[in-house]
Amino acid sequence: MSTLPETRQAPMMPGEPALRRSGSRKGEIHIRNVVKIYGSEESGVRAVDDCSLDVPAGEITVVVGPSGCGKTTLLNAIAGFHSITSGTIDLDGEPLCGPGRLKADPGPDRIVVFQNGALFPWKTIIENVAFGPIVQGRLSRKQGYEKARAMLAEAGLRNLEDSYPGEISSGMRRRVEIVRALMNEPKILLLDEPYRALDSLTKSVMHEALLETFDRNQVTIFFITHDLEEAIFLGHRVAIMTTRPCRPKKILTVDIPHPRDYSVLTAKRFREYLDETIAAVHEEALKAFAAGERER
Amino acid sequence: MPSFRAAHIYALVASTKFWRGMFATLIFIAVWEIVSGIGLSRIPAPSAVALTFNDMMRDPSYWFSWYLSTKRVFAGFLVAMLVGIPLGLAMAVSRTFYGIVFPVFEVLRPIPPLAWVPAAIIFWPTQELSIDFVTFLGAFYAVVINVIDGAQTIDVRYFQAARSMGSSSWDIFRRIILPGTLPSVLVGATVGIGIAWAVVVAAEMISGGGSAGSMGGAAGGGLGFFIWNSYVGGSYTQIVVGMISIGIAGYISSALIRKAGELATPWLRDQ
Repeated sequence: MSTLPETRQAPMMPGEPALRRSGSRKGEIHIRNVVKIYGSEESGVRAVDDCSLDVPAGEITVVVGPSGCGKTTLLNAIAGFHSITSGTIDLDGEPLCGPGRLKADPGPDRIVVFQNGALFPWKTIIENVAFGPIVQGRLSRKQGYEKARAMLAEAGLRNLEDSYPGEISSGMRRRVEIVRALMNEPKILLLDEPYRALDSLTKSVMHEALLETFDRNQVTIFFITHDLEEAIFLGHRVAIMTTRPCRPKKILTVDIPHPRDYSVLTAKRFREYLDETIAAVHEEALKAFAAGERER
Repeated sequence: MPSFRAAHIYALVASTKFWRGMFATLIFIAVWEIVSGIGLSRIPAPSAVALTFNDMMRDPSYWFSWYLSTKRVFAGFLVAMLVGIPLGLAMAVSRTFYGIVFPVFEVLRPIPPLAWVPAAIIFWPTQELSIDFVTFLGAFYAVVINVIDGAQTIDVRYFQAARSMGSSSWDIFRRIILPGTLPSVLVGATVGIGIAWAVVVAAEMISGGGSAGSMGGAAGGGLGFFIWNSYVGGSYTQIVVGMISIGIAGYISSALIRKAGELATPWLRDQ
């Protein structure tokens, strides 16, 4: 991470603009009245109900809520992995899904980083990272590898190129996966509890790395978690969701300027935000627990 | 990397596991020798078998039996791979194709390959082809079942990630499904070649052979026929030699496939 300042402008592709992204990036998502019912309209499970949420461009929006509350359903709808039952989702004013078209097409403008990671185990790190631009036909294999190497170096991940994902630590895998996502020049990154399985020390390293990446790329981030400290530390805005059906209960604007570092965690304001969030989430957690009891 | 190999062998010989295995084998042979020696069993003693083995090593017809059986196993096995892998992949990828083929496949699968021997002899023009066919069947089902299972259990996240990054269907097939299925193909191959050896021996016994002793003469022969012929001829030590030969042949075949598998799936090494 100490190597960042030098590498920032240095790696340039012939005929390509600098790797550093311009500040005017898009990636604004509007979610309006989205409903998702699993099963039939009458008797099915209402996972998301009348959910409206904005994800402003160039910001980190964190969605928190109890496990199984329907957060991931929302993410899958944006990514285009699952359909919605009704409502609309727009990306920069263009409808992703809406009436007559309830499932978005997955595309490189919206890249998901999964909870358990989805680096292809049979490809080396460099092959994984260069995958998107090569299959999209944007870059030749050689150009793709060059860019991947530069991006990995920029993220402080040198010398991993020829390893397989199974040979590096799970923390490293998450960071590589974010680099792979950025190679697609997405408008928005969709992160689905990417650090859930990591221990708290690794997590803190991941958070700082993610914020560095964010500051460098100014890419819009939609981040799902149920770790409240993580939510407040990372997010410009934290949307606390109600439990099934899922919709925003409270949206908290975290007024702590980016770039942030770990000293924020001990700040008085951070604690206040945390208390506020805990109160709201606890209420939902109790409801989720009670609902779970009823279902058994 | 000879130095690596030498170190490897040294580590093996120095390990407790190796000596435990050696010890168990020696005990087994000793007990066998004693049981035969005091007349508790009509199975020839290991010492007598060893003598016959020594004779056989110099007998070209013995090696010709090896050659015949190996040829049949690999012919059947290779065709099983060539047909089974595409068939399994097609069944895993296409619901329609699966719906059409799988019921037929599942009806045929429980029929033991050996039950096919008479039909195969009638159907195929030469006895050689009919044995190859039965061997093929033995390996075929194991390969197909494993390929289907392997392709269907590839984690959905990989497909989602690949599609997000703009992969075409062909990219997904080539870059996700093929490598994702490879470990299961190797499992199918390892199981398949084991069954192929089991089947070839029995098929050779049933179909018999013109003349086991003569080289390249009439059809038939092979290690299965070698055992059967030894039995008919009352040469009990040769029966055991034949049995041990098959054990060795099967072991070598599996080891070859394992080695090929390690080379083909470098990402699974050291895990």
